[in-house]
Amino acid sequence: MELAIGIILGCCALGAGMAMIAGIGPGIGEGNAVAKACEAIGRQPESRSAVTTTMLMGCAVAETTGLYALVIAILLIFLAPGRLVNILVETMNTLG
Amino acid sequence: MKSKKKDSKFRIADAFLLIMMVLPIVFGMALNIIFTPESNGIEIAGPLVYFTIPLPIQSLPITEAQINSWLLIISVFFLCLYLTHGLSAKHPTKRQHVVEWGLEQVDKLVSDNMGEFFKDFSPFVAAIMVLSAFSSLMTLFGLYPPTSDLNVVGGWAVLVFILITYYKFKCGPAHYLKSFTEPVAFLTPLNVISEFATPVSMAFRHYGNILSGSVISVLVAAALQGLSAMIFGCLPGFLGQFPFLQIGIPAVLSVYFDIFSGLLQAFIFAMLTMLYIASGFPEEDYREKLKRKVTAK
Repeated sequence: MELAIGIILGCCALGAGMAMIAGIGPGIGEGNAVAKACEAIGRQPESRSAVTTTMLMGCAVAETTGLYALVIAILLIFLAPGRLVNILVETMNTLG
Repeated sequence: MKSKKKDSKFRIADAFLLIMMVLPIVFGMALNIIFTPESNGIEIAGPLVYFTIPLPIQSLPITEAQINSWLLIISVFFLCLYLTHGLSAKHPTKRQHVVEWGLEQVDKLVSDNMGEFFKDFSPFVAAIMVLSAFSSLMTLFGLYPPTSDLNVVGGWAVLVFILITYYKFKCGPAHYLKSFTEPVAFLTPLNVISEFATPVSMAFRHYGNILSGSVISVLVAAALQGLSAMIFGCLPGFLGQFPFLQIGIPAVLSVYFDIFSGLLQAFIFAMLTMLYIASGFPEEDYREKLKRKVTAK
């Protein structure tokens, strides 16, 4: 029983860590966006405010996939272990 | 003499509105202090459940996030009353200038991003922006920000989804159903999925940003506490217990995560609301339909 609970907790933590690998994608994407925005401002300094606004919008949208991963990681850390342990205890009780 | 009396009345009304503005926040803080369970150390938890309403199928928990968002609505309502108190065309006060500037900005933003047809949308957009911004800024008072609860933000996203669908329905149900088969018919399932992904991604984006900020703040605070205990632990007495590193450093993070990120997310939520509604609406087809109606008559 203790071993099973230990495996559940460990796997949840591992899964949360692996989910956050998705953070690589938004990092690269936002870096690209900011680099291009810097280039654009360098070429046309007068369009600074419009470029900045659009860049922030794009960054926020590009961040979405990373945030999905974050939400899944948070669910795995805070919600999943309790649920899974409850299910385990219930099945053990019904089996006797 | 008469004008002076009017002035004092005006001041009293002003003070009343200001007090009513602050009172809900103080009430929320008091509730938070009363209901917070005694804990040892730093922990990350969801909103506190103040009380539950028993219902036949499932009892309805009233959480801190709901109470805080209602308190915030009351507070913002009195803020609006305070800002619009004593408007005059001849002698505009300082706050009237501020309000007019803000209104002009919002109007400009809406007409820039949504076009002439949606000119009347600025109150809705401004309401969403203000509510979201002040909700995120509530962390500065030590209150649980309603935006870091998925249910609150999800409610706003569903509202936006209903609006998007309403404006897509403007040309009739047949046009709405046909819009799913574009550009190619076999893409229909993907189009349906992306339709439902819109509110989900909006809600998750806002909620995830605010929540990740508070989680990281708590983790950094805990790490700094441990670090200062390790470094200064050898000092005698009170000095050894005092977390020196926790002074100031979390505040720098708070400037980014609470103020900048919160305001940015409010702006982005409003922006996306405008863009989705405006892009979902088939404006040219609608104008053609109106024209056909006129010619048929």
